[in-house]
Amino acid sequence: MDATVATEMLLEVRNCRQAYHKDAATDLVVLDDVALTLKSGEIVALLGRSGSGKSTLLRIVAGLLKPTAGDVIWRGRPVDGPADGVAMVFQSFALFPWLTVQENVELGLEALGVPRDERERRAEGAIDLIGLGGFESAYPKELSGGMRQRVGLARALVVHPDLLLMDEPFSALDVLTAETLRTDLIDLWSEGKLPLKSVLMVTHNIEEAVLMADRILVFSSNPGRVASELAVPFAHPRNRLDPAFRQMVDDIYALMTRRPVKDHRVAAPVAAAAAPTPLPPVGTNLMAGLLETLAAPPYSGHADLPALAGTLQLELDDLFPLGEALQLLGFAVLEEGDIRLTDAGRTFADADTDDRKQQFAQALRAHVPLVAQIRRVLDERENHRASAVRFRDELEDHMSPEYAAETMRVAISWGRYAELFSYDQEAEQFSLEDIA
Amino acid sequence: MPSSTFPSLAASRRLPNAWDLVAIVCVFAALMSVAHVARGTWVPLSAPDATAVSLDPSNLPNYAVRTTMRMFAALVASLLFTFTYATAAAKSRRAGLVMVPVLDILQSVPILGFLTFTVVFFMNLFPGQVLGLELAAIFAIFTSQAWNMAFSMYQSLTTVPRDLEEASYSFHLSAWQRFWRLEVPFAMPGLVWNTMMSMSGGWFFVVASEAISVGDNTWSLPGIGSYVALALQKSDIRAVFYAIATMLLVILAYDQLLFRPLVAWSAKFRFETTAGATADDPWMLKLIRRTRLLGALGDAVAGLFNRVSGLRMSLARPKPEAMRKPPSRAVDVVFYAATAAAIALALWEIVSFVSASLTWSDLGTAVLLGSFTMIRVIVLMIVATLIWVPIGVWLGLRPVWARRAQPLAQFLAAFPANLLFPPFVLFIVYFHLNTDIWLTPLMVLGTQWYILFNVIAGAAAFPGDLREAAANFRIGGLLWWRKVIIPGIMSYYVTGAITASGGSWNAAIVAEVASWGDTHLAAHGLGAYIADATSAGDMHKVVLGVVVMSAYVIMFNRVLWRPLYAYASRRLTLA
Repeated sequence: MDATVATEMLLEVRNCRQAYHKDAATDLVVLDDVALTLKSGEIVALLGRSGSGKSTLLRIVAGLLKPTAGDVIWRGRPVDGPADGVAMVFQSFALFPWLTVQENVELGLEALGVPRDERERRAEGAIDLIGLGGFESAYPKELSGGMRQRVGLARALVVHPDLLLMDEPFSALDVLTAETLRTDLIDLWSEGKLPLKSVLMVTHNIEEAVLMADRILVFSSNPGRVASELAVPFAHPRNRLDPAFRQMVDDIYALMTRRPVKDHRVAAPVAAAAAPTPLPPVGTNLMAGLLETLAAPPYSGHADLPALAGTLQLELDDLFPLGEALQLLGFAVLEEGDIRLTDAGRTFADADTDDRKQQFAQALRAHVPLVAQIRRVLDERENHRASAVRFRDELEDHMSPEYAAETMRVAISWGRYAELFSYDQEAEQFSLEDIA
Repeated sequence: MPSSTFPSLAASRRLPNAWDLVAIVCVFAALMSVAHVARGTWVPLSAPDATAVSLDPSNLPNYAVRTTMRMFAALVASLLFTFTYATAAAKSRRAGLVMVPVLDILQSVPILGFLTFTVVFFMNLFPGQVLGLELAAIFAIFTSQAWNMAFSMYQSLTTVPRDLEEASYSFHLSAWQRFWRLEVPFAMPGLVWNTMMSMSGGWFFVVASEAISVGDNTWSLPGIGSYVALALQKSDIRAVFYAIATMLLVILAYDQLLFRPLVAWSAKFRFETTAGATADDPWMLKLIRRTRLLGALGDAVAGLFNRVSGLRMSLARPKPEAMRKPPSRAVDVVFYAATAAAIALALWEIVSFVSASLTWSDLGTAVLLGSFTMIRVIVLMIVATLIWVPIGVWLGLRPVWARRAQPLAQFLAAFPANLLFPPFVLFIVYFHLNTDIWLTPLMVLGTQWYILFNVIAGAAAFPGDLREAAANFRIGGLLWWRKVIIPGIMSYYVTGAITASGGSWNAAIVAEVASWGDTHLAAHGLGAYIADATSAGDMHKVVLGVVVMSAYVIMFNRVLWRPLYAYASRRLTLA
């Protein structure tokens, strides 16, 4: 970062809204009223859970998606398609398997009509810069994940973009490889070796955001909104063990586990059961495992989420849904970045298999209206059978088809574990067969 | 609550429902058709009406049923062949050495050229009986189906996942049990898909094989193919259109009642740990699953099948490969010697048969005519590629369109293109066009769809992130075609093109000659050579023509398609 260069406004996103229209039902809002500005010389991280629309926002900025409403201004002009000077790095690398490293890197230059000699020179430069020298003639298949993402980075850098977009660039890599790649990238950035003015990255890893970004936008889910904006005051290189660094990570955890403020306009308690919410996709084994871990020492019923995530090697995207599922079922409470077992959670952790199933069944019937409703319908029917299609259709009135399908899957798996019903996948039918 | 505590409720689930009514009607109609056709099969050839075909459209439903029955008889034969031949080839190292290359060659042989021999053979087996003719027709369809089904099965058998095989040994499954519990289910999706593709190809041959003339004798079996042949002879264009309409309905029924349900059903055997995107069940499969009576019947059949396939059928416990005794050298020597002797004998037979009446100049003629046909095939493949690849890519990248276009392309591939020849022929006759050029498109009429639907499938499977990357780096125009999409769909395209080009060679035998009433059209080519030799009853020339054509097809495959396919699957796949 060169402080002498005057900062210039690069990107401005105003009142951005992205919604998918579903027939007859209300719009499914993915992004709602999002604003974002980006100046030269800064790295900005979009941090949030999966489904918070942060990747959607990145694609809108890249000109790959058109927002339903709102303006995206890139260097003073509205974006209407993939823009000049914006290059993207993909979570899945998105390398063309039939092109060598060199050809992959050259592809973007070829599209710009750069002459062959210059193309080769620049590609070699970018390949060397990113530490891939010697691999020019290799095909992506021959490379490890970390090397592949380096190719993705070189391919983006070689076109000398003003803005680099990164969509969870390190989440498909193992821990050590990801860390090396992060520090390499930050070193190059700090030394001013990257031909970039600004970086916008999407991540669900809190530490990664604090480690790399100058500014963090925390997204809330359903619909995606910018919940808060934080400046990261540390100079590069940053030390993960620095108490101030740890404090900031803790604060963000707290921010993200804070319960959403209830909307008072529809606060009538009777209507609470009305709209079904998506169920977190968490297996019963994982829940039982976490409850046992929490009940045992050293936690003894209470744990700090960042510490727990570190010990269990769980990412934000794994830990949060798990905590939420436990909270939903009344086995645990999330508050200010901590997780605390309830009495029900403690009893569950101490019980044997059959008792656990019973307690789980009780919790489901009390706290998960969808499962309770399925069982009620089965009890009422003379033949004790019901089609899953109708329940899914009802869910689709309130959420996107993907969420509805996932929520059904979760409900089926939980209900089966609790022996509340059985399910025939081929006939898509619930029944009480084999249920004692 | 276990359902057994409510016996009345459990029983009520077995009572017929409204769907059963539909099902019962279907089942009885099918049974009656089978009985009807079977009666027609056992009569002697001399009986009145045994082989008479009339152009009265009211006969068409009857003809359609008989044509369809031949298809299914051939299908049963092909399945039997597949289960035995492919298993033997996969299980026995020695047998595999001979059986696999034989299968490979058989795949490349133009089946239509052989009709002459098979008719004579089966007529001699059942002299004076319609059955002989029926068997000859069924055999022709069988030869169009069996080879690639057997190949699919063979490939599946040799790629059964190692861990499942080890599990089957460690639980002491007998060879019979392993076959039905592991190998057949594993092979099922590939086998079902290939069977359905073969069936699609089979319609072409059933139509071609129903009206057979060898030398001075012309036989026709009641069916849609012979109906069209008669219509051509009598220059009756209206009858031709009746036949086309009937065939459309038959293919539509086949597509809806059999193809789609089977493919959807076989998806459950797919060996994947991740649940892929699954399409909705086709309506027929839903009907079968909802019908109580059919469901009960299906359960009974499945129960019987499970009991039979669960039998041990073996005394000793099977041993995995590594634990068996090493193969005996002596048996190896005997086996190779026997094979060599058989090959020498076969070669001698061929040479003496062909050299009896043929000269080197005959061979020269056949090779020259073959090169004409080859030029046709090459030009057709280029034209079909230039037309269908851009269209297929356009459709495939738009999911909504792809979903609509894909079934249509499959449907068109199944439709026997030879029924569509007459309008073309009429067109050529009317405008006095050059037959060498204008008969050519007929060869690709039925096979071009394989290119289209494979390209659609390839484009639809093209990964979204690569499309985004291409858009992000603003790759467009020719560069996009060259570096992005063509490599991406190449392996799919080659798969389709192999089928299309092989089919075109085969179709040459019926497409290079055409007649309308008394007008006979012929193009210069190997297909016309074989067709003429067949109608002249000149067996030696037929054999020569078929051998030369096989050589061309094999060369085409080895020189062009195989290397291209190997390259595509090595370099251009996304996995």
